[in-house]
Amino acid sequence: MITNHAKRTIEALADPTRRQIFERLAEKPAAVGEIAAELPVTRPAVSQHLRVLKDAGLISANKAGTRNIYRLEPDGLQALRAYLDRFWQTSLASFKEAVEAERRVQ
Amino acid sequence: MTQTEAEATSITQATTVDAPIEHVFQLFTDGIGSWWDPNHHLIEGPIERMVFEPRVGGAIYDVGADGSECRWARVLAYDPPDRVLFTWDIGLDWKIEPDPAKASEVEVRFSAEGTGRTRVELTHSHLDRHGPGWESMREAVASPGGWPAGIERFAAELAAPTRDVVG
Repeated sequence: MITNHAKRTIEALADPTRRQIFERLAEKPAAVGEIAAELPVTRPAVSQHLRVLKDAGLISANKAGTRNIYRLEPDGLQALRAYLDRFWQTSLASFKEAVEAERRVQ
Repeated sequence: MTQTEAEATSITQATTVDAPIEHVFQLFTDGIGSWWDPNHHLIEGPIERMVFEPRVGGAIYDVGADGSECRWARVLAYDPPDRVLFTWDIGLDWKIEPDPAKASEVEVRFSAEGTGRTRVELTHSHLDRHGPGWESMREAVASPGGWPAGIERFAAELAAPTRDVVG
């Protein structure tokens, strides 16, 4: 019952490289070139990852001269939703498991 | 608030459990400690037990092995075996949110499905009340056991969807 939007957010963060980029942007906003210089990822690959993160509502871009500066989306709602969606999905699965395990014992 | 806005600020998860409704309600509330994710407690150190006070105005709280208590929810509705509604007094940084205006709400509805089966639908709503809060969330991103752990868990679970989700 996970929503499409939350699913997109979770998938965006499931990739280790994208997570690295996301965490890098959490420290400080950056342009594509800076990220590519710091991480072992090519510039086109960084652009691709940034697009996925942006589509998931996790980051946004601002023009600074000719460059786009990427930063975490200031409204963390989307990320919070994704986090809690996953949290409750896992919790309800544990709950189901606990109820049914107890019934098997009886 | 329109339907779309409400959807944008809430999440819903559901499951169907192979047990009668009274039993499912009882284990969700009174037995909360048996299924709650042990990695998500606000108390540092080992947890002794979790308490779900079965009445409106009650609290849900964790009790640490050292006797410390952490009250992280207020019970707003308690209608066995159909429904419970409680607040989520936990901020974006996984610490207690002291301002009730910034708390979100969790509603759980139980419905019998045939004999001995129960559907559990959980809605966590008013998430926007936690505020933009990105600054505190950013701190959580950087703190050990904060977001990175959460994200690692997402990733591990996505990578191994058949793995047992407990723990």
